[in-house]
Amino acid sequence: MAEKLKLTIVTPDREFYKDDVDMVEFNTTEGEIGIYQGHAPLSVIVKPGILAITQGETVKNAALHAGFVQILPEEVTILAEIIEWPGEIDEQRAEAARQRAEDRLKGNDNSLDVARAEAALLRSLARINAAKLN
Amino acid sequence: MASMRDIKRRKGSVQSTQQITKAMKLVSTVKLQRAKGRAEKSKTYFNCMYDTVVSMLSKAGEINHPYLKPNNSPKKAVIVITGNRGLAGGYNSNITKLVRDNDWNKNDLIIYPIGTKGRDTFARLGYEMGEDYSSAIEEPIYADAMKISSQVVNDFATGKVGEIYIVYTGFKNTVTHIPTRLKLLPIKIEDERSDADKAVLDFEPETEEAIDLIIPKYITSLIYGAMIESVASENGARMQAMDNATNNAEEMISSLSLLYNRARQSAITQELTEIIAGAQAIS
Repeated sequence: MAEKLKLTIVTPDREFYKDDVDMVEFNTTEGEIGIYQGHAPLSVIVKPGILAITQGETVKNAALHAGFVQILPEEVTILAEIIEWPGEIDEQRAEAARQRAEDRLKGNDNSLDVARAEAALLRSLARINAAKLN
Repeated sequence: MASMRDIKRRKGSVQSTQQITKAMKLVSTVKLQRAKGRAEKSKTYFNCMYDTVVSMLSKAGEINHPYLKPNNSPKKAVIVITGNRGLAGGYNSNITKLVRDNDWNKNDLIIYPIGTKGRDTFARLGYEMGEDYSSAIEEPIYADAMKISSQVVNDFATGKVGEIYIVYTGFKNTVTHIPTRLKLLPIKIEDERSDADKAVLDFEPETEEAIDLIIPKYITSLIYGAMIESVASENGARMQAMDNATNNAEEMISSLSLLYNRARQSAITQELTEIIAGAQAIS
């Protein structure tokens, strides 16, 4: 197995996760990205989606909604504004939010803030998918 | 000399006040511990955030991004963080003073209050008021900071204001709190490290786009940090103020006890004198 990667996930309220991992995958504004040890230095912006942490055989998932990531060859730091473990997600609420966002997008209302509704839809989908994974 | 009953009543009232201040002190001690814990937990996030923004901007030196230079509006947005409650010593008035006593022209300012004490003071003084976020200071959560920051950054982008400041109370330790004024936008960060030390960092998307996305997050984290520190300072200030009040009450009670005992003694002496005099008159 290749060398391990130091992964740190911090949120404004707590240190969410800190360990050596094999691979980490998440969604960015430019598409999905998977990082192994030895990646070129890079900063990317997070898009709502699922964060997958691979450690040997086990894969841990979390719903990552906003923030940005600093990638260095030996370590990855995720500055997450909003991140949740699947156990912390209220599935019913996420489902209701998805419904609401979809209705709004279908409604074709001119006063509608499309970008906001789309972001809400993405967030709720990330939550629902992450909750299903566990 | 005041009568025995008056002194007793006075002492009772001081005693019940002391009980209140003692309870308030205990409450703010507990709140301070919690706020301190939160401030420490969020430190990592801000340090990482700061490092990233510094390295990003030092790399983007030549870029002429709107967030990095003042726009033409003479208006200054000032986010003022105070408490929602008084009885915290100089906590609220120090902030007010910091906003009033400096080189700012009153007519250029738009106050965005967080905390009703500051809001009421500046409204009374006739400052131009922006949106009120006072409810956020009770229990600062990150979502509140996001709302506030998107509002002020939007005001900056649309040219409504030319500069954004935040005035809050920095928390150094339990007894030292420093009223602080910080410029949020346009950003100017001094990077003392030499070029060799700087992490070579690429951005995805392009640097300019990344600045667009990261700077608001940076502002949000500064606002959130200021809110957390202010809450810790407020409780620290209140704890000190209430501690002093409790001690003063203690002093008053002991001097009142002395007065009361003296009054009681002299009343007894007088009664005795009267009885003896009466007995002598009869015999």
